[in-house]
Amino acid sequence: MTSDLEIREGVDRETVETVQNMGSYKYGWETEIEMEFAPKGLSEEIVRLISAKNDEPEWMLEWRLAAFRRWQEMPEPDWAMLNIPAIDYQDIYYYARPKSMETKPKSLDEVDPKLLATYEKLGIPLKEQLILAGVEGAEDLVEGERQVAVDAVFDSVSVGTTFKDKLAEAGVIFCSISEAIKEHPELVKKYLGTVVPQSDNFFATLNCAVFSDGSFVYVPPGVKCPMELSTYFRINAENTGQFERTLIVADKGAYVSYLEGCTAPKRDTAQLHAAVVEIVIEEDAEVKYSTVQNWFPGDENGKGGIYNFVTKRADCRGDRAKVMWTQVETGSAITWKYPSCILRGADTQGEFYSIAITNNWQQADTGTKMIHLGKNSKSRIVSKGISAGHAQNTYRGLVSMHPKAKNSRNYTQCDSLLIGDKCGAHTVPYIEVKNNSSRVEHEATTSKVDDDQLFYCRARGVGEEEAVALVVNGFCREVLQALPMEFAMEAQSLVAISLEGSVG
Amino acid sequence: MLEIKNLHVKLEEEDKVILKGVNLTVETGKVHAIMGPNGSGKSTLSYVLSGRDGYEVTDGSALLEGEELLEMEPEERAAAGLFLAFQYPVEIPGVGNMTFLRTALNAQRKARGQDELSAGEFLKVVREKAKTLKIDADMLKRPVNVGFSGGEKKRNEILQMAMLEPKMCILDETDSGLDVDAMRLVADGVNALRDAGRSFLVITHYQRLLDHIKPDVVHIMADGRIIQTGGPELALEVEQNGYADILKAHGLTEAV
Repeated sequence: MTSDLEIREGVDRETVETVQNMGSYKYGWETEIEMEFAPKGLSEEIVRLISAKNDEPEWMLEWRLAAFRRWQEMPEPDWAMLNIPAIDYQDIYYYARPKSMETKPKSLDEVDPKLLATYEKLGIPLKEQLILAGVEGAEDLVEGERQVAVDAVFDSVSVGTTFKDKLAEAGVIFCSISEAIKEHPELVKKYLGTVVPQSDNFFATLNCAVFSDGSFVYVPPGVKCPMELSTYFRINAENTGQFERTLIVADKGAYVSYLEGCTAPKRDTAQLHAAVVEIVIEEDAEVKYSTVQNWFPGDENGKGGIYNFVTKRADCRGDRAKVMWTQVETGSAITWKYPSCILRGADTQGEFYSIAITNNWQQADTGTKMIHLGKNSKSRIVSKGISAGHAQNTYRGLVSMHPKAKNSRNYTQCDSLLIGDKCGAHTVPYIEVKNNSSRVEHEATTSKVDDDQLFYCRARGVGEEEAVALVVNGFCREVLQALPMEFAMEAQSLVAISLEGSVG
Repeated sequence: MLEIKNLHVKLEEEDKVILKGVNLTVETGKVHAIMGPNGSGKSTLSYVLSGRDGYEVTDGSALLEGEELLEMEPEERAAAGLFLAFQYPVEIPGVGNMTFLRTALNAQRKARGQDELSAGEFLKVVREKAKTLKIDADMLKRPVNVGFSGGEKKRNEILQMAMLEPKMCILDETDSGLDVDAMRLVADGVNALRDAGRSFLVITHYQRLLDHIKPDVVHIMADGRIIQTGGPELALEVEQNGYADILKAHGLTEAV
């Protein structure tokens, strides 16, 4: 207990200091904490070691090893409109955990000050801080109504999950995936790899081999999850890759809303993040998945930053299943990410709302895939890309209407906004229609931030950067409105922070 | 309040001189009108005073309560108490009118070292002021000027003015595109803001707005200069005889 308290105090002190020396990336601070690393590089031994560290059963290890063998044969994808510097996969730590996590603590003492500090640094209003304060007091000093359950992942391990008991009362399982593998093997076995198969793509296969932790959610039939669930990812250690894996299952008629947040310290060297998120949605069930991705984007000269190569996919298996992806992508040096919907059941619905902001030398190639397999399935895509500095921002999306997807519909709207004259915006829509009763609509616009709008704001007393943020927030409004309240405020301030230095 | 001396302005991109030595003093609490034919430089004057890009001041100065406006950023001018009611108010899609107003008001308060207004306080004030301008709750929620009629846009400008409580208000052809009823509403809004500590510069092509907003002083501007100054009777003279006689007396022709 005493050692826990010491760490906590240390974090608090550090937090105060870092708040005082904030740069434009407000999460660039590093937590000084004693870490345990697996040796650098990737080999069968490392895969075995990760599996052993997590105390995994044999079947899991075999699954990882099969993925690893496959990965060794796979080429890196190069089709995206991205300039990716060569990655030395042998120069990365694949496993890092705080020493204090060797035996998992029962309380969340270590997590919360960092979480709180991060939110404080963002300057989000009191309401959100109260929610987090509720989270902080989760296991001991309860104050106010708890509203969001959090699973916090620090480098390679989950350090704690809040409100497990309250969720368990409702029958909801919310825990780290490493725990789920041990405690709920039947569920994990049934669903893991069924949405994003082992062979899916280079980065997903790599993840299968080396994922160390992540979150697991199971909502049983007919249950509406009583609170928002969230995972907060933090990369802290240097030269470390983060490979988290999230599996969400909404059984028949279930509902859950899930939030994901990510940050990392400022560093000169790039870091790899290759996550996989699988969502299974059964008949009449609904899942909302919201991401605010704010990994370190690299400095203003393009040095450092996170390479964010993520595979996210939802499978609407049952009839009338619904999924909604909402993402606010402001961080990462390179983003390669296409949260997708497989609309397998009849009358299923998939929605994708995205804001991707790139500034300085950031690159983003992001979008979605809407695979219509079931009849009367509907999908909607609203993408807002904002590019500033020397950044390149690409929307890449696939809408595919299969022969059996009769009377299906898609509506796509892609808007790009350019700030300055050295950045780029690209739209790459792929549309395949294999039946003649479906309808696909695609609208795209590209515009520059309007000088008249900026002058109008400034003539009313709003400073130039705030004016840009205001105009850009307006441009993104449709997507911001799709976010849960907890994230909407955070996302708005993030839009402003990400565009700092983009004008003038 | 506002003291413009020998102001010379050219377009930044072209070699075209627009203002050729404007001299104008607006005393505190007074309403001055500037009239003039198209192309005389009236709107340019309002843009230069508020700090719009694209103009180069080659000579002269413009002081607001003794402070040089021309060296300030547009937002600093606003915080110092200058307000321009735009001839063509700009649409900002996705940004709620109320959000815009609150952001502007709080930005100015912050710049002046005052406390920001809370959401509750702000709402109370804005609703009250909107009511007198016949701006309904729906218009407050809609995105700034998007889909507003000509009259709504101009009323919205006056609402902003009422909220921001500037010291020096410039109205740039606020009457353009308004029917008689809309003009009366706007004029009433402006008149309600007249007080001993606030000055106005009303730029207009026609005399009719000045029937509703009674000026203390009327200036005639032509060819980048103020060529004649008088009382309200000067506006009536223009109304009756047009600009031709006045221009001719200064050796200018109407087709500028």
